[in-house]
Parts: sequence; structure tokens; C-alpha cells
Amino acid sequence: MLGKEDIATLKKDALEIRVLTIDMIGYLGKGHIGGSLSIADVLALLYRRHMRVDPKNPTEMDRDRLVLSKGHAGPALYSTLAYHGFFPQDWLHTLNVGGTNLPSHADMNRTPGIDMTAGSLGQGLSAAVGIALGNRIDRRDYYTYCIIGDGESNEGQVWEAAQSAAQWKLDTLIAFTDYNKMQLDGWMTDIMNVEDLNAKWLSFGWFVQRVDGHDFAQMDVAIERAKAESCRPSMIILDTIKGKGASIAEYNPANHSMNFDYETAQKLIAELREKEAVHG
Amino acid sequence: MAELAKLYDPLMAPAGAEMRVVYGEALLELARRDERIVLLDADLVSAHKTSSFRAEFPERMINVGVAEANMVGVSAGLSTVGKIPFPTTFACFATRRTFDQFFISANYAKQNVKLVGTDPGVTAEFNGGTHMPFEDIAVARVIPDLVAVEPADEVAARDIIPRLVEQTGCTYMRIPRRAAPRIYAEGEQFPLGKGKVLRDGTDLTIVAAGTVCVPESLLAAQELKKEGLSVAVIDMYSLKPVDGDLLEEYARKTGAILTCENHQVKNGLGSAVAEELAERYPTLVVRHGIMDEFGEVGTFDYLKERFGLTAAAIAARAREVMKKKGAL
Repeated sequence: MLGKEDIATLKKDALEIRVLTIDMIGYLGKGHIGGSLSIADVLALLYRRHMRVDPKNPTEMDRDRLVLSKGHAGPALYSTLAYHGFFPQDWLHTLNVGGTNLPSHADMNRTPGIDMTAGSLGQGLSAAVGIALGNRIDRRDYYTYCIIGDGESNEGQVWEAAQSAAQWKLDTLIAFTDYNKMQLDGWMTDIMNVEDLNAKWLSFGWFVQRVDGHDFAQMDVAIERAKAESCRPSMIILDTIKGKGASIAEYNPANHSMNFDYETAQKLIAELREKEAVHG
Repeated sequence: MAELAKLYDPLMAPAGAEMRVVYGEALLELARRDERIVLLDADLVSAHKTSSFRAEFPERMINVGVAEANMVGVSAGLSTVGKIPFPTTFACFATRRTFDQFFISANYAKQNVKLVGTDPGVTAEFNGGTHMPFEDIAVARVIPDLVAVEPADEVAARDIIPRLVEQTGCTYMRIPRRAAPRIYAEGEQFPLGKGKVLRDGTDLTIVAAGTVCVPESLLAAQELKKEGLSVAVIDMYSLKPVDGDLLEEYARKTGAILTCENHQVKNGLGSAVAEELAERYPTLVVRHGIMDEFGEVGTFDYLKERFGLTAAAIAARAREVMKKKGAL
């Protein structure tokens, strides 16, 4: 259970991750703001309390892994990794610049701390299944985390991977669905609905929990329960808000990728800091 | 000067072993020495006769069911934690169906996935057109840095398979399940990126690959010899990269090349040879193989006739090349 101090720390972490994300996208002028900000809280929680990783030795074999299958949310993960010292924060202003170590979609060969390359949606959960299988073969005890998108869940391969993880009882695999209810073209209910998501994962043989993806206490309990679960992989469905924390992005159907300049980014950051100071 | 390969005696005697058995045994042998080896299959374990691998290494034999895309994605994940996965399925599914998974999760991510496609081309026989990949090399060879091979017999396969493990990075091997005629003497070596000269000649070079076209090309060369034509035969078991030095040497020596493949001539071996020679040493290259057609069902012998993958059809094509060469 998280105490008050833990939650305060996590709130600060998440705020800084959002600030860095908005700043880096604003510096470039364009980026996947919506799906990055919706996962800022789960990333804050994972990297503060759950991921056993060493920023100084990001390829250590016994570390926990995270597959960011919704690879376009790279900016949120880059912010998280930079915040925790995997690489210098000034790299963040190189997002998508030619020759950068931070391409829009997560790339394990370019960025310290990225465990799998992703970008072609639907593929990451399969890779996470392979990583979890490798864990079993080698008798290691790391956890494999995977974050998939709700829009991504339109992809058939997600469900191929889902059935295999259940078949092989991969209980060290803990996946999250960033359920912000939106996909690139708009609301999922208007484009390609994935409901009933709980029932789908349950029927595929997973241990399913559904929590508020912006509530650290709920998410932390869910992750602990997932770790305690045996013989089943875990799906934690996170109810989230796409673009959470950036006023121009929240509830904006066009928030998948947005253009905004650096000045706007700084205004958004000031707004966010003020809001957090009031409601923190 | 390329050396001539040592050939089996009697050349092209019927093989004892099926190629699937050769593959399974070679992989099992490797797995005993190297704990990184993992075999994956998509509900074709019985078809590939790889159950002995499963019996010995149950945790390292992963049957993903009928889900090839997931098989390749899982392989990529296994590779990231140091495994050397061999995802294996019919060549049509191995390449066409998993192209994006193999491209992005395996190759683009710089992983170490050894994709194996079985029943290439007409060796799909009774499974017919839906299962008859005439385009798997085409699909594979556009992937940057990929190494692609096609062993012509069991000796080649036994030597090449361990080399795929030694090669860091993704590879693709096309190999039939059925038995293949013996070509090579025991102990012959098959370094990746090279070709083998099976028979020397001065008038024409046939560049072939695989268990169907290499033996038929040798038979064609024997037939043409009776007509006074001196025809060299090269086994280009390395489909990517092809052995450019060897091709240039024989282009200079014979002045004309006939390629022969159990695959579409578009973007297969013939294209690779033509591209290489166009840039290095422009030479008459005629591509023999599947001429922009889909596959169909039938016996192996019927399909060889139907698609011109017989010694007689190859010899006929060779005579056409010689006419063209004379007119140049």
C-alpha cells in the first residue's frame, strides 16, 4: 500500500514526466502528445516502485523489461528514462532530429533503457511473451511489463499473443491497456470499438483488473496483485484520459499527434504546474 | 579461380534422409551444444517431424499454434533476452504472412531470428497454390542485412544450419521437407555469401539454387555436353548476398548466364544475379524459373514439368541462350 509520501513522490514524478514530454514535443513543434500523456502516471509508478532496472547498467540481464508496444508514446518513456538518469535530459530536445537517439517510436538500438523496438502496432505483446518465455527457460525471475494501446487492440496479433500467454501460463507477464477510449481518427466507439475489453481479456484466460490509470494507489495495488497471481498472465486495464495534463489535448478528438510551438508548450507547462500546486 | 566442389558418388543418387529430418537433426545437434537455440513452430510439428526436439528440450520447443505472426514476434522477444530462435513454418506463411513482424520486430530491431520456410516452390505439391511460395526469396531479399540461403542437398543443409547460428543477425532459409538427391561429398564447406562450382564449362554458366534446380541443372549440363556445349553449373546456395566474385568470374569465362530457380524469376535468384552482373560486368543473363505465375496443385513430377523445372526444359532454355549469345 502506498503511503501519503509515496503518493506525493509519484505525483511529482508524473508531473515532471508530463512537463518533459510537453516540453520535448513543443520544442520539436509536433508529436504524439495524447497517448504519451495518458501513460505518464503508469510510467511514473513503474519506474519509481516496480521496474528493477539500473540506469547505469540498462542492459543487465536480470532486470525487469518494459515493452512499450504503443511505440508512438516514445516521448513519455523518453521523459521517464531521462528523469531517472538513463541518459541526459538535454537529449529530449533531439526528438526526431536526424541522427537522434530518440525517434518518435521506441527503438531499443538507439535509446538506453528501451527494451524492445516498437512502432508497427500489434507486435509488442508478442515480443513481451517471448521475453517472458525466455525468463522461464533461463529460470530468471524478472517481470515483463507491456503497455498496449486501446486502438492498438484492433490488431489481430494482440489476440494471438493473448492466447499464447494464457496457454503458456506466463504469470510473470503483466500487461496494461492504455484505455483512453480514443484512437487516431477519433473516439473508439465511432471508429472500431474494442468493448467489452474486460470480458475479452478474461475470456482469453488472463487475470484482469481495471483501475483508474491516473490513480497511483489503485494502480499499485493492481500491480502487486498481478505479481502475486500465479499460472495466468495479467492484464491491467487503465482507464485514462488521452492528453491528460495538457489543456489543449484533453478531450480533443484530434489529440493523437498535435502541432504546437515551444511558447505554447511553456504555457501548457505553467498551467499544469499551477493546477498541480492547487490540487496536488 | 574458384575450386570445383567435391561431389557425391554416385552423383544425384536418391537421398536417404528427408530434408525435414536433416533440419530437425541438425537443429537438435546444435541445441545440445548451445542452450540459446529455441525451435518454434506454428502447428506443423508433425509435418516437420521435429517431435524429437520437443522430447529432448520441451521448454525450448514452442508450438504457437496457427499464429505465424505471433510466432515471429515471440521469436523476436526471445532474441532480446539472448535466445537464438528458429521459427519454422511453410515458406509461404514464414515470409508473406509474417513479413511485417519479421521486418520490424526481428530485422529492424536488429535481433537474431533464424526464420525457416519449408516446402518452397513446387515442393509444396499437394498443398497447392495457396501453399506454394514462388515469392519468399523476393520478400526476404529486400530486408536490409538479411542473410538468405537455400541448401541444395543434405550435406549442404548440415553444414549451412550451424553457420546460421554463427551469423549474428536475422537469416532466412528455404528448405523442402521431402528428400533431395545427393549432390555433395561429405565434408564440403558452405561459407555464407559464397557459391559452389559443381561443374566447369566455357560456353554457358547455369546458376541454380535448391534441391530441385541444382540437380536438374546438372542433368541439363550433361545433356548439353552431348551436343558439344561446355556448360558450367554453379550452386548459388547463398541467395543473399549472392557470390558476386564467382558470378563475375564465370560471366567473364563463359559470356552468358542462365539462372534457374524454383521461384518467381521476378526478384528471386535470377534478379539477384542480373542485378549483380549489370553493375559489375554486364553479361547476357536469362532467368529461368516461374514466369510470373501462381502455383497450383499436383504431384512433384507434374509440377516440375508444368513450371519447366526439368533438365529438358532447362536444356531447351540453355539452347535459346546460346542462340542469343551467338547473335550478340
